[in-house]
Amino acid sequence: MSYRRTKRDRVLVVDDDQSLGEMLSIVLESEGLTVAVCRTGDRVMAAFTQFKPDLVLLDLMLPGLDGMRVCKLIRDKSAVPIIMLTARSDTSDIVAGLEAGADDYITKPFRNVELVARVRARLRRTDQLEEPLEFGDIVLDPTGHTVTRKGEPLELTPLEFDLLACLLSKPGQVFSRESLLQKVWGYHHPGDTKLVNVHMTRLRSKIEDDAENPEVIRTVRGVGYQAIQPRP
Amino acid sequence: MPSISRLWRRSIQARVVTSTILLSTLVIMLTGWWLLRDVADGLVDSRRTAAISEARSGFDYAKAQLDAAVESETTTQSQALTQMVDSLTRSRGAKRTYELVLQGPLVTNDGEVPIRSSAAIDPDSLPSDLASTVRSETGVYWRYTDLGLTGKTTNDPAVVVGSQLRAPGSGDTYALFYLFSLTDQQDTLDLVRRALLLGGLAMVVMVGGVAWLVSRQVLDPVRLARRIAERYASGNLEQRMHVSGEDDIARLSTSFNQMAASLQSQIRRLENLSRLQQRFVSDVSHELRTPLTTVQMASAVLYDARDRLDPQAARSAELLKVELDRFESLLSDLLDLSRFDAGAAQLELDTVDLARVARMAAEDPVLTRAGIEVRLVGVDRPAMVEADIRRIDRIVRNLLANAVKYSGSKIIQISVAENDESASLSVMDFGVGLSGDENLRVFDRFWRADPARTQGGTGLGLAISREDAALHGGTLQAWGRPGEGSEFILTIPKAGGAAKHPALVSVYA
Repeated sequence: MSYRRTKRDRVLVVDDDQSLGEMLSIVLESEGLTVAVCRTGDRVMAAFTQFKPDLVLLDLMLPGLDGMRVCKLIRDKSAVPIIMLTARSDTSDIVAGLEAGADDYITKPFRNVELVARVRARLRRTDQLEEPLEFGDIVLDPTGHTVTRKGEPLELTPLEFDLLACLLSKPGQVFSRESLLQKVWGYHHPGDTKLVNVHMTRLRSKIEDDAENPEVIRTVRGVGYQAIQPRP
Repeated sequence: MPSISRLWRRSIQARVVTSTILLSTLVIMLTGWWLLRDVADGLVDSRRTAAISEARSGFDYAKAQLDAAVESETTTQSQALTQMVDSLTRSRGAKRTYELVLQGPLVTNDGEVPIRSSAAIDPDSLPSDLASTVRSETGVYWRYTDLGLTGKTTNDPAVVVGSQLRAPGSGDTYALFYLFSLTDQQDTLDLVRRALLLGGLAMVVMVGGVAWLVSRQVLDPVRLARRIAERYASGNLEQRMHVSGEDDIARLSTSFNQMAASLQSQIRRLENLSRLQQRFVSDVSHELRTPLTTVQMASAVLYDARDRLDPQAARSAELLKVELDRFESLLSDLLDLSRFDAGAAQLELDTVDLARVARMAAEDPVLTRAGIEVRLVGVDRPAMVEADIRRIDRIVRNLLANAVKYSGSKIIQISVAENDESASLSVMDFGVGLSGDENLRVFDRFWRADPARTQGGTGLGLAISREDAALHGGTLQAWGRPGEGSEFILTIPKAGGAAKHPALVSVYA
C-alpha cells in the first residue's frame, strides 16, 4: 500500500487561528503524523523549505499572503499534496483554490474522521501499477512515480499521476466522476464534480498536445472520462 | 376570422379606424341621399313647369288648327287632325322633346275612339285616371308616367300633360296629351348619383386614412411606453422615454421616466441591502465556522476518550458531541435560509435522474435503523430533470427524516413519475397524518406539529426544502389526512417546462 512506512509523514498546517492549528496538530499527531503549524502567509515558504512536508493543510483565509497565492507558490516549487481548508462553501472560491494547485479541499466545520481520511488518501500512494505502463508514447513508471511522453519527463503531481494511472490502467473503460472520486480522492464527495473537472483540465494541459481536442483522455458526455486506446 | 377578432381586441388603432369609417360612411350616405332627393326634385319640378307651359301653347295652337279644320268638310277632318299632330310634333326647334297622343272625337257613332300619336306609343303609357279626367273635365292636367314605345324594351320616366279640346263647329271633343320624356333629367341624376357615390367613397377612404394617421400620432407614444414598460418588466431599467413638448404625451413620458427612476433607485437600495446581508452572512459564516471546527474537533477527541473519563465527564462529553452536532446543523440551516432570503442561493445544474435519487434514498441507513420498510414505485424508468443534485438529495433526505421522526409510520413509499413538463418525487407515509392547515404550516420555520416532541432536528428542514424546490422553479407540497398518513410531493420542471402540473397527484388531494 504505502512505499515509505519507515518514517512518519510530515504535515505542514497553515492556519491563522491558533486554537484550530493546535487542535489540528493534536488530531493529526494522534494519527501518527508529524505536524508543524505556520500561522501567517508570508512565513509559509520558509517553513516549507525547512520542514519539507509530505502534505500541506492550507487555510484559504490567511493574514499576510492570502491562501490562494501561497498555494500557487508552493505548487510552483513542489508537487506536494495540498488540501485547502475553507470556511466558505462558495463554489467559485473552491474552484479558484483548485485551479491555484490544491489537490483537494475540506469545508469547515469538518469531522476528525473526514479530515484524517482526506489526509491519508493524499499521503497514500496508489499501487494500481506494478510495472511500467506504456500507453502510446506515454510511459508511466510506478517505482519513481515518473511519467514521460516521447521520452520527455512530464511534471505531474501525485494526484495527477494517480488520476492518469487509473484511467490508463483500463483503456477504453468509461470512468464516471463518482468512481474517479472514490478511486483517486479516496474519501467520497457525493456529486462533487468540480474536483474532477478542474484536475482533469490540468492533467490534459500537461499530457495532451491540444487540450481542446484531447487524444489521450476523452470526455464521455453525461457519463465521465475514458482513455482512448492508442493507435498501434 | 379569429385573427380579425384578435386584431379588434388588441388594436385600439384598428377599432378607431373601423368605427371612424363606419360612422363617416353612415353620415355620407345620409347626406348623399338628401342631396340626391333635392336635386331630383328640383330637376323634375323645373322640367314639369316647362313641360306644362309648352303643352299649353301647343293646346292653343291645336285649338286654332281644330277651329280651322272643323269649318271644312267632315271627311277632311281626320286628315286635318293628322296634319295637326304632325305639325305639332314638327314645330319648335329641330329636335322634338315630346310625343303626342290625340284621342277623339271622343263621342262617335260606332263608339270607338280614334287615336293618333306621333310615335308607336304603348297605350299603357297614358295613365287611365288622367285620361278619364281629361275626357270629362276641361282644363290642363298632368301626371308622371313611364313612357313606353313599342319596339323598345325599357320604359323612360316621363311627364304627361293632357287637355280637352273642343271643335267649335261640330262640337266634337278631343283629348290631346303631351308626353315629355325625362330621360335627360334621369341621365343628369345618374351622373350626380355616380359623382356622389365616388366622392363618398373617396371621402370614406380619406377619413379612414386620417383616422389612422391621427390615432397613430396618439398611439405611437403609448406603444413606445408599452415597449419600454415591457423592458422594465424584464429587468432592464436603464431605458427612458423621449420627452418633447408639454402635451399629455410628454407628461405621460415624464411620469413614466419618474416611475422608472424611482423603481430603479428602490431596486438599487434593495440590492445594496441584499448585498450587505449576503456579506454579513458570509462573514458570520466564516467567523463562526472556524471556532466551531475547533470545538467540534475537541469534542470528538473527548468523545473518543470517554472510556477513560469518570462517568460524569464521559456523559458530558457525549452531551457535548450531540448538542454540538445539533448546533452545527442549526447554524448551517440558518445560513442556508439567510442565503435564500438574501437571494444569494445559486444552483449548480446537472442532469439528475429522480428515479435514481429515489433508489439511492431508499438505501439510507437511517431507514433500516428505524426498522422502516421502503416501497418504491415507478423508479425503474428514468425521470430526468436539470437540477442541483445536492439540493435534490437534501430535499429527499429531509422528507425521509421527517417521515421517520414524526409520522410514526413503519412503511414509507417513494414514488417517481414524469410528464412532458416536469418530474415528481413523492414521499408518503401511513402515520399520524396532517390535519387542518398543517399541510401549509409544516413549511413554516421552526414549526412543530407537537411542541412536546422535539426529536432533534432543527425545525428548518422542510422550510429549506421548500426554498430549494422553489429555487429550481419547482414546488414542494404537502397533503395528508389525520390518522391516515401524509404525502410530500416534490415537482421539478424539465428544461423549458413548468411545474404547474405535477406528474403525481396525492391520494389525499
